[in-house]
Amino acid sequence: MSKLLIEGVARTFAGVRGGEPVRALMPVDLVVAANDFITILGPSGCGKSTLLRIVAGLEAPSEGRVLLDGKAVTRPGPDRGMVFQSYTLFPWLTVAENIAFGLRERGMAEEERDGIVASYVDLVGLKGFENHWPKQLSGGMQQRTAIARALANDPEILLLDEPFGALDNQTRGLMQELLLGIWERRKKTVLFVTHDIEEAIFMASRVIVMTARPGRIKSDVAIDLPHPRHYTLKTSPEFSALKARLTEDIRVEAMRTAEVH
Amino acid sequence: MRPLHPVSPSLRTVLGIAFFVLFVAFWAWITLGGHVNRIFLADPLSMLRDGWRLLVEDRFWLDILITIWRVFGGFVLASVVAVPLGIAMGAWKPVEAFLEPFVSFARYLPASAFIPLLILWAGIGELEKLLVIFVGSVFQVILIIAVKVGSTRRDLVEAAYTLGSTNNGIVRRVIMPANAPEIAETLRLVLGWAWTYVIVAELIGSSSGIGYMIINSQSRLATGQIIFGIIVIGLIGLLSDFAFKAFNRWLFPWSLA
Repeated sequence: MSKLLIEGVARTFAGVRGGEPVRALMPVDLVVAANDFITILGPSGCGKSTLLRIVAGLEAPSEGRVLLDGKAVTRPGPDRGMVFQSYTLFPWLTVAENIAFGLRERGMAEEERDGIVASYVDLVGLKGFENHWPKQLSGGMQQRTAIARALANDPEILLLDEPFGALDNQTRGLMQELLLGIWERRKKTVLFVTHDIEEAIFMASRVIVMTARPGRIKSDVAIDLPHPRHYTLKTSPEFSALKARLTEDIRVEAMRTAEVH
Repeated sequence: MRPLHPVSPSLRTVLGIAFFVLFVAFWAWITLGGHVNRIFLADPLSMLRDGWRLLVEDRFWLDILITIWRVFGGFVLASVVAVPLGIAMGAWKPVEAFLEPFVSFARYLPASAFIPLLILWAGIGELEKLLVIFVGSVFQVILIIAVKVGSTRRDLVEAAYTLGSTNNGIVRRVIMPANAPEIAETLRLVLGWAWTYVIVAELIGSSSGIGYMIINSQSRLATGQIIFGIIVIGLIGLLSDFAFKAFNRWLFPWSLA
């Protein structure tokens, strides 16, 4: 059954200083099934982050609507956990307190929180770092904490906006395996925005390719590679074939972006 | 010298002390050497002698205590009003639209010019001294805090919303802790201003305090006492600043400062 429905969602930004309004996102329709891992792949500036922010409720669509479990999304809420590209851990809270943030906002008692926090600290491999401040952590560890913080709230859907974009290549690869491993064990509906083709294929059960600005869905590619996925998959012939196809798709769009700017 | 190249800690200390030594040496040279009239500037030795006499015979330490109390009282009064108002202005834009124009205007009103008016209203007692400090700092602090709060990292606010925070929760558990170190740092500045305003307040219509001693010494041409008073203010200011800084560092270990 479908978990998330995106119906004709479009976004237009008002023109700057009386200029023409800028269309960032053409009407997008998307049906996301429960426990799907969907990656949204597109060149920079194509509006993929805007789409994700609309699903999160952080921005309002100019047209269309988003339904989660049949209910229209009007504002951000704990049923849609989000991990941002920038490091958004609360610097005044420790790792454990960051992970507990959503639970505390919900008014959960401390004893109850502690158990949940401990299990998520474990899940993202941060045992021993519970009492560290964010500034003492590497970028990868900060994003692991951010993922744990979003998951601890047990959201209906997990939204990730290029969460590994600021990490170096090796760390990025490890983070992909970590997140995929979590998803394989504890099924969750995931919407993952990226501009990295390999990342998009490796993680996804479905890749949505978007066009250059104003973005719309260009293709919808099912990724039927078997689970559990191992990093060696990235060098397999099936993977390479998918990569070649998506590279072609996205290259056309990237060139269009380059021509405009 | 290579630009921007750091200096070693020991050399830094030596250089810092060296300037004090040079300064006092120059002062001693022009006064003890007879290059300026003693009536206008006392030499370092008689300054120390006058200071000692002030402390031992004239119970100057009572004046010091009363001035410290005024600084502290005015500081607390200004902080108690300015911090909540500044946070409210920074967090809620209608509040800012309502208060910002007036506060911006009021902060250019010179506190010292208010002294005659404040004396009429509050007399020459303690309240008037506190009010001078209050008027001098409260509007500035409100604006500084409002600006800092207004520039709270939006991504942290958005993250909190996606974790289920309510509007109220955002203010109390994101905006306030996120800005707490900067607010504390602003208050440290206020303490410095309070020291300036308290002396101004004590120069006019006062019968106690360091400022009173200074203006009193002027009529007796006791420049040694005046300089001693000024140095005492500087020392207390320096000490309280150090203490405040250490306190902030202890209070906010997560902050980079």
